Amino acid sequence: MSFFRKKIYATAGFNTISLGSGRKEFHPKKPRPGIEHYIKEAGLGSIDQINKPENIDEGVIGNFMAERFCRQGNLGGFFPMVHPTFQYKPCIRVEGACDSGGLALVTAIKTILADLADVVLCIGFEIQNSVKAIYGADYLAGAGWYSGERKKGHAYFFPDQFSQRAGACFEKFGKERIRAGMAQWYVNAIENARKNPKAQEYHNRNSDLMSTGLTPPNPKVFCEHINVFDCSKVSDGASAMMFTSEEGLKKIGVDGKDAVEAVAYAQIQDNLTTPPPDLTKLSTCEIAAKHAYQRAGIKSKDLSVLDVHDCFSIAGLLAVEAAGFADHGEGADFVKEGNTKVSGQIPTNTTGGLIGYGHPTGASGVRQAVDIVHQLLGKAGDCQVKIDSNRPYGMMSSMGGNDKTVVAMIFEKLE
Amino acid sequence: MTLDERLQNVAVIGAAGKMGSGIAVLIAQEMAKLKLKPENNDKIYRLNLIDVSEKALDGMRLYMKTQLLKVAEKSTVTLRGIYEGREDLVENAEIINAFVDDSYALLNFTTDIKVTKDAHLVFEAIFENEEIKIKVLKTLRELVNEDTLFMTNTSSIPISYLDEKAGLGGRIIGYHFYNPPVIQRLVEVIAAKATTDELKDVAQELGKKLRKTLVSSSDISGFIGNGHFSRDGLYALNEVERLKDKYEYHGSIYIMNKISQDFLVRPMGIFQLIDYVGIDIIECLLRVMRTHLDDESLTSSLIDKMANNKILGGQYSSGAQKDGFLKYEKNRPVGVYNIEGGKYFSFDDEWRKNIDNDLGILPEGYSPWRTLLSDAKKQDKLKAHFNNLKKMNTWGAKLALSYLKKTKEVALKLLSDGVATSADEVNAILTNGFYWLYGPINDYI
Repeated sequence: MSFFRKKIYATAGFNTISLGSGRKEFHPKKPRPGIEHYIKEAGLGSIDQINKPENIDEGVIGNFMAERFCRQGNLGGFFPMVHPTFQYKPCIRVEGACDSGGLALVTAIKTILADLADVVLCIGFEIQNSVKAIYGADYLAGAGWYSGERKKGHAYFFPDQFSQRAGACFEKFGKERIRAGMAQWYVNAIENARKNPKAQEYHNRNSDLMSTGLTPPNPKVFCEHINVFDCSKVSDGASAMMFTSEEGLKKIGVDGKDAVEAVAYAQIQDNLTTPPPDLTKLSTCEIAAKHAYQRAGIKSKDLSVLDVHDCFSIAGLLAVEAAGFADHGEGADFVKEGNTKVSGQIPTNTTGGLIGYGHPTGASGVRQAVDIVHQLLGKAGDCQVKIDSNRPYGMMSSMGGNDKTVVAMIFEKLE
Repeated sequence: MTLDERLQNVAVIGAAGKMGSGIAVLIAQEMAKLKLKPENNDKIYRLNLIDVSEKALDGMRLYMKTQLLKVAEKSTVTLRGIYEGREDLVENAEIINAFVDDSYALLNFTTDIKVTKDAHLVFEAIFENEEIKIKVLKTLRELVNEDTLFMTNTSSIPISYLDEKAGLGGRIIGYHFYNPPVIQRLVEVIAAKATTDELKDVAQELGKKLRKTLVSSSDISGFIGNGHFSRDGLYALNEVERLKDKYEYHGSIYIMNKISQDFLVRPMGIFQLIDYVGIDIIECLLRVMRTHLDDESLTSSLIDKMANNKILGGQYSSGAQKDGFLKYEKNRPVGVYNIEGGKYFSFDDEWRKNIDNDLGILPEGYSPWRTLLSDAKKQDKLKAHFNNLKKMNTWGAKLALSYLKKTKEVALKLLSDGVATSADEVNAILTNGFYWLYGPINDYI
C-alpha cells in the first residue's frame, strides 16, 4: 500500500548557476540579475523540457527572505511573468526559512493529491548578495526565534548556532575525530562541485583542500568552533521542477522515461521557541527520515543516492546520522572513511551540496530534489553515480532553522 | 597619566590629509570603545581633527563616516559584546550604526588649532615640510599643557631635530604610519635622543591597542622605510637615465617597472609605487634626506622635472590613483609617460612588444605576487624563482639580478650606517610596510 492515494511524478528539473564568491563571473560591486531573472530562468529551464506548458495548472514559489534581501513581497505575482499561459492561474508563495524550497515541493504534491491540479511547477529562489554578509546574517537569523534568541545571539547568528553544535560534538565524541570528519565533508563538497558547472565552487582550484578544511577557527572575527570553509555559501540562485499526476504527465507530453516517482515525504515541524533537545543530534531530521522511509516502505540501505542539508559541515555529518547511515556520534568517521563520496557506500551531495553548489536558501530544497531526480534519470552529467537496480531510490532532506522545519522526500526510478 | 586617560582628549593636526585621516579613524574607534565602557559613561571624550582647509574637512566628514562604518562592519562580533546592555539594539545593523554614531559624536572638525589646548596626545600629520612642521609644533607647544605628548608622522625628518627646533624637551616621538594607516599593519617608531621613557611606553602601548606591528628605527633621516625606498627608487630612476637613449623615457620606465613587479615579484612595480606615494612627496623626501645626510647623490632630475610639470601621482579624494609616471584606468596602469614628448604611450601599442622581446621571458614556474601571497609554499617557490633567474641568460634576468643585488646593498648599508640594528628590522619593514614577500637581506643573491 503506497503512502500517496495516487501516483505523483517529478520531472523537468532545472537549476541556475549558484552565483556568489567563488564564481569567476561574480563581482560584488557589479550589477547582477534580480528576482525577475531568476524566477524566469528557472521556470523556463523547466518548461523547455516539456511539450505543453499551457497545461501547467498552478505554481508554487519557495522563498525565504526576499522582503529583506530584495525589499519585495507578493512573490506569487512573478509567476505569470514566466510564461504567457500562466496569467490568472493560481500561484502560492511558501516560506519555511532555509526549508522554503522543501515546503514548495510538499505544497505542489498536496495540491495534486487534493485533485486540484495535475501539473504544478515549483520554483525556489533566493538572492543574498544584495547586502554584505554581516547584514545578510541579520536576515538569515529570522530563521531562529527573534524575540527569544537574537539579542543574546552572535553577529553571525546561524554559523554560531552550528558552531555550538560542533563544540558539543567535540566535547562528547572527541575534537580531532569530529574535526577530521568536517574537513573531509568540505573536501568532498568541493570535489563534487568541480564536476558541476553550475556550482559556486566549480572554479575552485585549491590543491590542498584538506588543509583548507582544517583552517583553525578565529573567534575574534567569526565563530569559536567552525571556520568559513565549514559554511555554505552566500548565493543567488533558483531551481525549478514539476510535479504531476499520471494524467498530468500525459497532458504536458512527457515520456515516462523522463520522470521519476515521488513515493513519500515527511514534513516535520519542531517548536521554534524551544532549544534543540540534544546539540549533538538533528532530532527533527531523524524523525523526518524515519517517517519517510516508513511511508515509502524502504530502509536506508535501499537508497542509491542521498542529498542532505549541509548548511555547515557539522550539519552534514549529523544529517548523515539522521538519515540512518551512521550511529549517533559515528557520522564523522563514516564520512572520513569515504562512505559518502561518489564512489562510497552512499553517494551524498553528489553535485556539491550547500557548501559546494551553494545555498540560495529558498531554492535549496528544490535544488536537492532536482539533483536526486537527475541522478535517478541518469541525467546528472559528470556528477552521475551508479543507480543500482536493487536500490532504485534517492532521498533528499532539507532543513529550515536550527533543525526546526524539515522535509524528507523519497523518489523512485521508474521501471 | 595612563594611555586610556590620554585618549580622552586627542588632537590630529593635518587631519584631512591622507595620513591624518587614517590615524583619525584608528584613534576614533579606540576612543569610542573606551567611552562605551560603563565606568566611563560620564566622561567626555573628544577627538579634535584640525586642518587648514575647511573644504578638506568637509570631505573628511564623509570619509570618517564611511571608514567608521567599514570598521564597525568588520568588528561586529566584538561590538555585540560592547552593546550587550543595550536592549534596544538587536540586529547587527543596529549595533553597527550605533557604533558609527557613538564614534562620530567624539569628533570635532575644525580649522582652529587652539582647540588643542586640552589635548593629552597630539598626532602631527601635516605635509612633509620641516619649516612648517617646526612652526606648527612651536605653536602647539605654547598652547598645550606641559605633560602633553606629541607623535609625529614624519617619514624623513630626524625627530631630534624637530624636538630641538620646536623646544619640546623630549615630549615627541616619531610614529610613522604606513599608507593607508587603517589597513597597513606597520608603524615605524623613532625615538629622539631626548624622548622620554613615558612617551616610549605610550608608543608601545598604543601600538598594541591599535594591533600594529611596531618596528624601531634609529633617528637618521629617512629612517628604515624611506631610507630603503628612496635609494631603491633612485636606482630605478638612474637606470631609466641610462636606458633612455635606446628605449626613450617611456620604454625605460616601463622596463624598470616590469623588472621590479614581475621579475622581482613585488606587489607593484617601482614606478607604480612612486606614483602611489606621490611624486611631490618623493621630491620633498629626497630634499630632506639630502640636507640632513649631506648626500648629494640623493637626487633625481627626472623627479624634479615631473614635479615641475605638475605630474604628481598621488590619489584623488575618492582613493582613485592619479596619473604620474604611469597612466591609470580603474587604478590599473595602462600607459607610461615620456617627459620629452610630454605625453603618455599606451601599453597596447607596438613599442611594448619589442621591449618585452628584448627582456625575454619570465623564469619557468613564475607566479605573480598575488598568487604567491596566499601560497603556503611561497618561500620555496621564491627560492626556485631566483635560482631559475640566475640560470637564465636573458637581458631581463640580468637587469633583475642587478636590481636584486642593489636592493640588498641598500639594506646592508642601512645596517652599517646604524639606521637599523638588525637585518630582521629592515626585512620586517619591507615585508610589513611594503608587502614584499621576502626581505631585501636574503640568500637569493
